[in-house]
Amino acid sequence: MDRPQGVKYVPAIAEPTQAKFERVPKEEILGHGHLACPGCGAALSMRLALKALGRRVMIAGPACCWAVCDGPWPYSATGVPFLHCAFETAASTACGIRAGLAARGIDDITVMTWAGDGGTFDIGLQALSGAAERNDDFLYVCYDNEAYMNTGVQRSSATPELAWTTTTPPGAMPKLQPKKNMGEIVCAHRAPYFATATVAYPEDLIAKFERAGRTRGFRMIHILSPCPPGWKSEERLGISLARRAVESRVFPLYEVEGGTKWRLTQDPPKRPVAEYLKDQGRFAHLTAAQVRQIQGHVDAEWDVLKGRLETGDRR
Amino acid sequence: MRDVITGNEAVAWGAARARAQVVPAYPITPQTTIIEGIADLIKKGELKAEYIPVESEHSAMAACIGAAYAGARAFTATSSQGLLLMHELLHWAALARVPIVMAEVNRAVAPGWTIWTDQNDSLAQRDTGWIQLYCQDAQEVFDTTVQAFRIAEEVDLPVMIVLDAFVLSHTAEPVDVPDAADVDRFLPPRKPKFVLDVDNPCAFGGLNGPDVYQEFRFNQQASMTAALEAARRSDNDWAKMFGRRYGLIEEYRTEGADTILVASATPASTAQDVVDKLRAKGKKVGLVRVRLFRPFPAVELRKALAGAKRVAVLDRNISPGHHGIFCEELKSALYGMPKAPEVRGFIGGLGGRDLTPDSIEEVFDRAMGPKKEEEIAWIGHKA
Ligand SMILES: Cc1ncc(C[n+]2csc(CCOP(=O)(O)OP(=O)(O)O)c2C)c(N)n1
Ligand code: SF4
Ligand SMILES: [Mg+2]
Repeated sequence: MDRPQGVKYVPAIAEPTQAKFERVPKEEILGHGHLACPGCGAALSMRLALKALGRRVMIAGPACCWAVCDGPWPYSATGVPFLHCAFETAASTACGIRAGLAARGIDDITVMTWAGDGGTFDIGLQALSGAAERNDDFLYVCYDNEAYMNTGVQRSSATPELAWTTTTPPGAMPKLQPKKNMGEIVCAHRAPYFATATVAYPEDLIAKFERAGRTRGFRMIHILSPCPPGWKSEERLGISLARRAVESRVFPLYEVEGGTKWRLTQDPPKRPVAEYLKDQGRFAHLTAAQVRQIQGHVDAEWDVLKGRLETGDRR
Repeated sequence: MRDVITGNEAVAWGAARARAQVVPAYPITPQTTIIEGIADLIKKGELKAEYIPVESEHSAMAACIGAAYAGARAFTATSSQGLLLMHELLHWAALARVPIVMAEVNRAVAPGWTIWTDQNDSLAQRDTGWIQLYCQDAQEVFDTTVQAFRIAEEVDLPVMIVLDAFVLSHTAEPVDVPDAADVDRFLPPRKPKFVLDVDNPCAFGGLNGPDVYQEFRFNQQASMTAALEAARRSDNDWAKMFGRRYGLIEEYRTEGADTILVASATPASTAQDVVDKLRAKGKKVGLVRVRLFRPFPAVELRKALAGAKRVAVLDRNISPGHHGIFCEELKSALYGMPKAPEVRGFIGGLGGRDLTPDSIEEVFDRAMGPKKEEEIAWIGHKA
């Protein structure tokens, strides 16, 4: 293993979050007939998340692919109560649902958002920050396909640097900015729980949802969600790409308690970033130099993350 | 309890007596003393509610919608820029059919920065699907706040109670606040017709194609029409229990009047004095106050104005490029009416400029004068 020397796991997290595959609940809550594309990471994430959380869940879902995936009125595939809400209001709507339940003395429901990266990193960030600062009691889930897919693949601030989107055509208007670091933003609010997850590690994902379900206050799970049409990748490669994103450290899997206790939950052997980029049409235009540039940034970000793990506390 | 309280305090007491359960709120002058008042009533134990100090008005309305879908009675308050920021969600609340009640303190729109009253902020929300009630004194503000929940929950539409900045929001008057137990008999706990329920999981607000959307609008319109009756009933029941009645419109000395002023909000109460003065001089004048603006009480207005030769409409608002908004609404309501009175529109009091008895008398004089006014007649205007 090429785990860097000196990484120490922060003992404050008493039981490391891990689930055994045999423990994955058999019950399927996400129904048949959802409208997600073949190979959609969001649909698989929803399926696994609901397995972990069970049926006592209410969802606030803003404009994003999932607003379509759930199905046309009067049908709903999600399998738990689902309140569609305006694009930028996932967090504020969830906060209202929680308050409404509290006013009625109902305390055994997991209130959850299911928002895209656009609704989270961009237009909904203010409401998210407000809810995190107030420590509103719900689970904010962002399934991150790294662009505005519902409107046809425009850039978001979660789009990786130099990736193709319709509004960042390579050459003419490349996306020069690196992906916004949502974990650091949320952890700066000292939120009780933040975790990254992805569909290539279902036990890890389920365990994080279980943990988030048990935690009270503001919790967030950020899911890297492969999107064949938006990534210009083969449908069958979604899981593989998600795995390579973790192995290449483009999308490390970690969890953070209270905004300060950072811990890696998966630490597979390192692979070059090029192996992650290569099967995605959105990166097909990259030159060798650009791939090296991305590798450099990924390595630097990994060092920053390592720093968090080492100290366990940035204050 | 009978006390001397401001219009804004009357709103806070109204929300408390209505037992609002969730109050997400964001401050803006001149609304602030409403939400401070509510926080204070929660502290004093007069109200048991989840108070959410949200980070914007947009979030306030989103949280109201979420709370209403969780089955709770939701209330908020705002003004001007805050109301405009909410605009997307005002449509949302009305199409989502949630019975939210909101107090809106009329404040002119920036730039330049201003905190003084006019109606452009609330009237810009005319087509959002909210019921709108304009009040003229603090007692009416309290009574209407409670009535609003009855109307909202009966027709599943949100209600906006509108009051003028400072002239009403910050002016103290004697107000009767009935005991909670009495108000409870008027307004029982909310019984939502649809809620988020894990035992009956449904989606709300999902994809609509051209095959279904129009019917949702049709239903909304039907409920708006039903709101006329709901507002009447709510007002009548209130009158039976508490002895105060307002109507959808309020007529003042309209019997035998040739010239009737149509106004709304506090200028209408000033106008009562002017009518008294002119009547004393033998002038056949009267006053109609529009209390309910949406749904528009066209039938009531046609009836009240049937005998008049002339109607002057005083608008503390303007639809730039057209006219005063109440004036245009009234013209369309009277269109096609046999022997319809001539309607003359007057605009004044914008940005909080005083509408004094003198300026209202000027409206009557000009309306009764022989000279045909220009299309838009401005009142109290500095040339
Ligand atoms: C206020 C507002 N602006 C723009 C839109 C249009 N819109 C709907 S979904 C969307 C993009 C969603 O992107 P993301 O949140 O990443 O979800 P995805 O579709 O990728 O799953 C946009 C721009 C909207 N519905 N509301
Ligand atoms: S566009 Fe992407 S995120 Fe949207 S449904 Fe298809 S695969 Fe899923
Ligand atoms: Mg997206």
